[in-house]
Amino acid sequence: MTSFPRPAEGTWTEHYSELGTAPISFQDSISPEFYRREQDAIFRQAWLNVGRIEDLPKKGSWFTKDIVAARTSVIVTRGPDDSVKAFHNVCRHRGNKLVWDTKPTQEAQGFARQFVCKYHGWRYGLDGSCTYVHQENEFFDVDKDKLGLAEVQCEVFAGFIFVCLARQPQQTLRDFLGPMVGALEGYPFELMTERYSFRAENNSNWKVFIDAFQEYYHVPPLHTYQLGPNNRDPNAEFEGAHYQLDGPHRVVTTSGSQKHKWPVETMYPTEVLLRSGNMGPWDATEFDSELPGINPGGVKRWGIDNFQIFPNLEVLIYERNWYLSYRFWPTSHNTHVFEADLWFTPARTARERLAREYAAITVKEYALQDAGTLDGTQLGLESEAFDEYPLNDQEILVRHFHKSVGDWVAAHEGTAAGASR
Amino acid sequence: MAAFPTQFAALEPYADWALPSEADRYGKRITSTMDELQEFYDAAFPLLDSSTEYLQGAPIDGISDEDRNLLWLFSSLITVSFPIECWRQPTVPDSGPASIDVTVEPRP
Repeated sequence: MTSFPRPAEGTWTEHYSELGTAPISFQDSISPEFYRREQDAIFRQAWLNVGRIEDLPKKGSWFTKDIVAARTSVIVTRGPDDSVKAFHNVCRHRGNKLVWDTKPTQEAQGFARQFVCKYHGWRYGLDGSCTYVHQENEFFDVDKDKLGLAEVQCEVFAGFIFVCLARQPQQTLRDFLGPMVGALEGYPFELMTERYSFRAENNSNWKVFIDAFQEYYHVPPLHTYQLGPNNRDPNAEFEGAHYQLDGPHRVVTTSGSQKHKWPVETMYPTEVLLRSGNMGPWDATEFDSELPGINPGGVKRWGIDNFQIFPNLEVLIYERNWYLSYRFWPTSHNTHVFEADLWFTPARTARERLAREYAAITVKEYALQDAGTLDGTQLGLESEAFDEYPLNDQEILVRHFHKSVGDWVAAHEGTAAGASR
Repeated sequence: MAAFPTQFAALEPYADWALPSEADRYGKRITSTMDELQEFYDAAFPLLDSSTEYLQGAPIDGISDEDRNLLWLFSSLITVSFPIECWRQPTVPDSGPASIDVTVEPRP
């Protein structure tokens, strides 16, 4: 029995008939050769979210972001005119990594009027222009005006900072994001400034962890303990309320998870005391503004939108007026860095802070369960015991993601082959 | 010198749980025995239960040292509540080699 309306075809997967219903291969998650193709076709071509506008709080703020899959690091700056720009983090002189703190392999952030290369002292403004060449008269025909940093395409959408490493992006950021994600422009992300960030280095292909967060079929068996001791049922059935695809992006909306309305005996004692949990602090900050873009399916008793923004960004927007974003950065075909940012409205009192702390810790506890499956999944897939794996209708986003990755790689290689003929 | 406001004097023996970062709090949790976690939980939980009004009246802006210590101790209670109420062991079951480390958190 289904609780939510479904498309006329009867299933979401058949509604999007281009997906098919056949078992799929996960070769794309175990092959070093395919990873090299993803590096070129996806991480050097697609718009990538590298941070939030809150990471650049004032004029002169900067941060670096290492994009290992594209073998580069970018510096993102907020200039004197408040414009957000990005540059390859490489000195124009001899190619030294320009900005870093104690280790060149670690990301850094700060506030500066200019960047100075540690190697030979060349200097650059926040706009990337070269402002000083040490012993300039020793060089041959140098023109400082032509020795600026290599600019990277950078655009901001709803406070999310994106870069595109392609010299000439195929699409503007807005065109790339499409109408479904684009509708979130104007959602009041900027009101949620109280932040918790977490980082993990995981032993799996980047897509394997994304897959763990884009279906809820796993929730009753793996996260049985999300419910208090009186309410656990590992055989409970789950039903997503709405699935929607738009280009390479996708969303699943859930309903009925308004936990603050549940009977207290189904919950944990500390959860009840602090009025908070895995759906967020129960006492939500009310927003006066419109909330554009959320609940694209018009689901009754809307709970969470889980936007999967191609290639490696996930944004979860909760009914209790907070949100989180996950980013998955491949470092090899079977390792990746996971970043989680949780954003709440600022706590005014110690009690409000503890409610946010409880929600943040809950996310971490259950994410550890998800992360705990990764080594096993990667090892299992790499054994190549099976060529293909069955996916159910609730796993439609997994199916769509792997198809989108394959399509992007094929399209890029087709374009590249066409260009070289 | 007392770490906490006077009405929370019963928490003084557990002042070593008033740790400023989630990383420290989680580290102490996973290197404690279940008996140690249970003892701390049994001491702190009733005080959290009875202090709702007090905590609502403690603004974050300009928080006093004693209230800040209390906030940190109750933050430790949050992380400890998972082994006690949920997992029945200090670490998350089946989380294997996974670790997830905090890099940014509100202070205080």
